[in-house]
Amino acid sequence: MLGIYDNEMKLEFVSKSSNEAFARISVAAFASQLDPSIDELADIKTAVSEAVTNCIIHGYENTMGIVKVECKLKNNWIEIQVSDSGKGIEDIELARRPLYTTKANLERSGMGFTIMESFMDELKIESIPNMGTKITMKKYIMPLEEESKDGQEECKQKEGI
Amino acid sequence: MECIYIPKDKLLAIKIAEEIDENSTEKLRRKIDNEITRFMPRKVIFDFGNVSFMDSAGIGMLLGRYKVIRMLGGNLELTNVNKQIEKIFEISGILKIIPLTKSEEICEYGGKNVGNI
Repeated sequence: MLGIYDNEMKLEFVSKSSNEAFARISVAAFASQLDPSIDELADIKTAVSEAVTNCIIHGYENTMGIVKVECKLKNNWIEIQVSDSGKGIEDIELARRPLYTTKANLERSGMGFTIMESFMDELKIESIPNMGTKITMKKYIMPLEEESKDGQEECKQKEGI
Repeated sequence: MECIYIPKDKLLAIKIAEEIDENSTEKLRRKIDNEITRFMPRKVIFDFGNVSFMDSAGIGMLLGRYKVIRMLGGNLELTNVNKQIEKIFEISGILKIIPLTKSEEICEYGGKNVGNI
């Protein structure tokens, strides 16, 4: 439904790993409307990269498919949905576990979901085997004033005021 | 990527100069392993000064290089890592086996450039 968010966008691209950079840079450019800090923007880029890589490597297992990225902005948050119509995840709890990987022989770290979880504020994984996987993540952007207020207080504390 | 080798200390420093993700790791892996087998160094330092982005694909790549280097009797260290990438290292626990080191160390040794790969 159009209009219930402040802004929305949707990307669709072929599951080539050369599109990982395209996806994370596009989402970061879109998210920059919320005036995020450099750190917050870097968190978003990393999480998107992880999600898109999962679609390409695990969802489609390096075969051709379409990866979809949808972003919604509202007030001070961004919601990012990354989905594929690939093979799906059998056991989501297991897949979320740090260091768990189905492809250890290919030098995979098994840290993808752990990184998404720690860099974003909310992470939801929905998957149906042989139908596909949808990741929904949300990040709240701290208003600039609060950050600078904290900064001022830190300065005051340091100066002993 | 710039490679610096110091024969007296058998130290190989590799300045990685690209974003590290799933798309770039295969090429990096090949190039780095080439240099490692060429010099058989006792110590390898990866300089992250020009790496603006890395995701978990980088962790897998680093662990793989760590295994190769250890197998050949060397050690691996990292330097010039930015804040975001350090956060990923901390979450993954990789710093327990691949420590961060100060970048001055490479300069102190006075190595020479042995090629751009």
